[in-house]
Amino acid sequence: MTIDPITAPRRWSLPKFDLTTLRQHGGLAALVILLVFNLLVTPNFFELQTLFVNISQVATIAIVAIGMTLVIATGGIDLSVGAVMALSGALAPLIFLSPFGVANPELGLVAAFTLPILAAAAAGLFNGVMVTFLGVQPIVATLILFISGRGIALVLTNGNLQTFTNPAFSFLGTGRILGMPFQGWVALALAILVSWMVRRTVYGRHLLAVGGNEKAARLAGAPVHLVKIATYVMCSAMAGLAGMIVTAINSASDAARNGLLMELDAIAAAVVGGALLMGGRAPIVGAVLGAIVIQLVKFTLLANGVEDEVALIAKAAIIIGAVYLQQTRSE
Amino acid sequence: MLADSKTFDLRELLRSGGGTAQTRGVWIALILLIAFGLFRYDNFGSQYNVLSFLNFNSMFVLISIGMCFVIMTGGIDLSVGSVAAFTSVVAALLSSHGLIVAVPGGVLAGMAIGALNAFVILRMRVPPFITTLATMLAAKGGSLVLSGAETIGVDWTTNFTRLGMGSAFGTIPWTILIALAVVIVAWIILERTSLGRIVLAIGGGDEASKLMGLRTERAIVFVYVFSGLCAGLAGVILASAFGAGQPLEGVGWELTAIASVVVGGTLLTGGVGSIPATVAGALLLGLIFNILNFENGRGTISLSAYWQSVIRGNFLLIVIVLQAGLLTQRKARSQDG
Amino acid sequence: MNAPLLQMSGIDKSFGGTAALRSAELTIGRGEVHAVIGQNGAGKSTLIKILTGVYTRDGGTITFDGKPVHFHYPREAQAAGISTIYQELNLIPLRTVTENICLGYEPRKWGMIDWRLANKHARELLARFDIDIDVTRPLGEYNTAIQQLVAIARAVSLDAKLVIMDEPTSSLDDREIAILFGVIRELNKSGVSVLYVSHFLDELFQICDQVTVMRDGQTVAQREISDTNKLNLIADMLGRDPEEIRAAGMTDFSAAQAKTGDVLLEAKNVATGTRLRDFTMRVHSGEIVGLGGLLGSGRTEAARALFGVDDVTAGAVKIDGKQGAPANPRAAIGQGLSYLSEDRKAEGIIPHMSVRENVTLALLPRITKHGQVETKKERELVERFVKSLGIKASSIDQPIRELSGGNQQKVLLARWLATEPRILILDEPTRGVDVGAKLEIQQIIRGYVEQGIGVVLISSEFEELVEGADRIVVLQDGHSVSELRNPGVTENALVKAIAHHYADRDAA
Repeated sequence: MTIDPITAPRRWSLPKFDLTTLRQHGGLAALVILLVFNLLVTPNFFELQTLFVNISQVATIAIVAIGMTLVIATGGIDLSVGAVMALSGALAPLIFLSPFGVANPELGLVAAFTLPILAAAAAGLFNGVMVTFLGVQPIVATLILFISGRGIALVLTNGNLQTFTNPAFSFLGTGRILGMPFQGWVALALAILVSWMVRRTVYGRHLLAVGGNEKAARLAGAPVHLVKIATYVMCSAMAGLAGMIVTAINSASDAARNGLLMELDAIAAAVVGGALLMGGRAPIVGAVLGAIVIQLVKFTLLANGVEDEVALIAKAAIIIGAVYLQQTRSE
Repeated sequence: MLADSKTFDLRELLRSGGGTAQTRGVWIALILLIAFGLFRYDNFGSQYNVLSFLNFNSMFVLISIGMCFVIMTGGIDLSVGSVAAFTSVVAALLSSHGLIVAVPGGVLAGMAIGALNAFVILRMRVPPFITTLATMLAAKGGSLVLSGAETIGVDWTTNFTRLGMGSAFGTIPWTILIALAVVIVAWIILERTSLGRIVLAIGGGDEASKLMGLRTERAIVFVYVFSGLCAGLAGVILASAFGAGQPLEGVGWELTAIASVVVGGTLLTGGVGSIPATVAGALLLGLIFNILNFENGRGTISLSAYWQSVIRGNFLLIVIVLQAGLLTQRKARSQDG
Repeated sequence: MNAPLLQMSGIDKSFGGTAALRSAELTIGRGEVHAVIGQNGAGKSTLIKILTGVYTRDGGTITFDGKPVHFHYPREAQAAGISTIYQELNLIPLRTVTENICLGYEPRKWGMIDWRLANKHARELLARFDIDIDVTRPLGEYNTAIQQLVAIARAVSLDAKLVIMDEPTSSLDDREIAILFGVIRELNKSGVSVLYVSHFLDELFQICDQVTVMRDGQTVAQREISDTNKLNLIADMLGRDPEEIRAAGMTDFSAAQAKTGDVLLEAKNVATGTRLRDFTMRVHSGEIVGLGGLLGSGRTEAARALFGVDDVTAGAVKIDGKQGAPANPRAAIGQGLSYLSEDRKAEGIIPHMSVRENVTLALLPRITKHGQVETKKERELVERFVKSLGIKASSIDQPIRELSGGNQQKVLLARWLATEPRILILDEPTRGVDVGAKLEIQQIIRGYVEQGIGVVLISSEFEELVEGADRIVVLQDGHSVSELRNPGVTENALVKAIAHHYADRDAA
């Protein structure tokens, strides 16, 4: 009996690491080079401690990059993620430090975890509605919250740094499970969940169809507006989560700096990971890889005594390089 | 007939300047806001307020003009803010040699980054969004390295600060005249040269423009270099007007510029755009701050600086919603016909 | 001047190891209309793109106007006197008519563009084609026919010696085609040659002098048009014996005696905000109802209204006994409708997705459990359709963009057949598809009709309608004006039905 390679069912299509995957991830090459370089040059690189430090740093970039990848898959972009981080990061301490939160610590904590995410999701809803029902270009639509979102956060906190001591909330940023930082687990769980969503669910199919050819998707019965709105909501919610993690790490909320320039890191991670800016592709694993690359560049330069400023230039070169590789290989 | 051709030209100019449905909104809003200011505040129309307002906003007008050209091709230039910071440092470092060296030095630095953008976009085929995102980071890094992450004081002994602080005939600040000159040149390029029309054609259809045999690459190089030039000039003005090269300035300028262009009715997808309306957009956004300051000055309200960005965001929202409404109306009309 | 205007010989071109052209030839005389025909993938467009400098040839020589040439950019070809009107219009809809004609070559005064002169120039050029429009309006505000003629006006204004037209009539109605042909004849008189590419063979006999036939990247024949006939050309294109085809017949929706059943769909005096004003039709189970009419008569708009894409503003729609038009495509699919849209590229395929994902896109809700796609079920279903429709793909996971036009169309057909529709609306199902695939698609559709579904068929090809449909509803200007019944409908009868009412209204 012969098995027809076409008809043989492929039950599990987890990330396929064949040649096409490699091609899509211009960033994978960069990652390997970075790792090898660090192993050879950076002192103490091959240590669990170093790994965990990096994981705790990369988690927020990865979480936001996953959401950004989804938005980019619709052919859109979300510039407001950094501002949304500031917003949710500022809200959380306000809630558990409020009279209500102090009076009811448990309830206050639950509220501090959920309300900021809901607020972030509302920001995503706003973005989504602007993009769909009003037909505003995504860069412009999300520019609004980019400008005013951080402003709202600053107004809420009056521009002050809010410090706090709340071990339960801080666990989000400083806790460890099996030695690995908690936010690392969160990022990992989100990556797996969203990967599954993209690959196996109707939402995932519709997402890629909408990004690939919106008119065709609409005619084939895909709920285009709903899919887009849901995507912006998810992206914002994830940014909100990341904003809370940053606040938890610092045990302080700093609306002026939380998530600053994060939209650039997230877009860079998504693109390095193989997302097509015109939409139609959502490489979630790639986005995580991209986030790791971005983080490793920062770390490598820092660990080797290179100034922060130069790191910016290096990041720029990597973004260009990765996209350039992607371009030449896809031809 | 000369007279005839003149009236015709005027109509053309008016039409291209402010007549379309998309650009009309910004003029109306600008006029209303000015009227509101004149009515409400005593000193609003004073020579001092008008000139200092224009003086301060000339930098934003400049980068908005550069951005407008880029956006008309369907591209985007996120590097303008960093480039301005970078060139302010360059100009400050060169200020001891006087205007004659510092100005060309700063402007050329900006144009060089613009040329780099164009090269990466055209030869490496990296999308503009990503390219200029990267040069934004690189220019920021570059200015920090050059300046050692500190503001660089300019040389006050040379004539360098005259550019940003001096006035022509003792009244009109030079910066305003420079911005005005750039606006006029940009306007002529867009409306009256093949280059300008090709810029619009590229935004209207890149592939089609190539198939029409247009020199699209030259036009793309032009828009990014021009945007670099405008940002460079803004940086030089920044250094000259505030007496220091400021590596940390320029954050968010690109968004202000994009906002001005959008408020001015230019489509972000390219193909349609107007220079005067973009200037109006930039002034409109600046005016909101001006009015807010007056309002704070009167003591009727006391809004912290943090409110400014909230208000600006909301204003952008209103303009965009209005524009979206206009566009759908237009679409419906064209479907009818 | 007996030397030909253009001589291309021994042209080779391959893309990534696949030969697109092998030693192709093309010779065009001065002042002649020369057709190039061939199936999809025969190499017509590659040959043209080499001529116009879009692609660079791998081998061979090109002589144009007595000189050997080698164009690297479209601009060089244009400067030498070769202008191209592409199938996808190479114009800028957002810019004005004048700009589209003059772009890059605007008249100047003191170094600046003289718009008054440019507008005058544009108006005069268009006047030669009997077009009087406001040239300062954006081109996108005018219909496709005008846009096409503007493209030609641009070519003429650039003093072209050779004008290449790629499927120029595919979106024109008869009157516009007549204007176009008039323009072509005028070009000929002034010594300009035209290279004419078209799927519509009938046209060639009306307008062309010479025809070059291509197959598999090679030039297989060049004929004097007066010395050949349609069948022989088809035989050349397919590389088959003319007699064999004569026996098989060209179009085969095989008007097997219609056994029509229940009424599936009923539209009464339907109007939409677009071009549809008063549309009435009825579709029974087991029949094909054609929608005939010129471009812009409301055929596609009728389909869109029935499928819930455009809102119905007046009239009544009844589907399977249920009142009311579907609110949106999603609802329409739920009610058993399918709509194969006209523009495969813009409204059909999702290029990055695989054949499999493209097929099941409209079906997803039915192969989903708890929000998760049942992949096994999906693969089985897609395999079945790939086999039964004869879709040629390396695997069902191959991206659809890599397939030929005909196979893409079959995948889309599979998408809609997979939803097991009761009513299937087909908008130009065989446009841009080669002759072989066309035949197959028509047979597949007939097969489904025999199983009892109702089909609404929209086609610009009178032949396809006349031979394929059981009844033809004729549309004019958004109104359904008459109905023809098979057997017995001839192309002439259909043309007459369309023309008759026009004349009537003009008289009124």
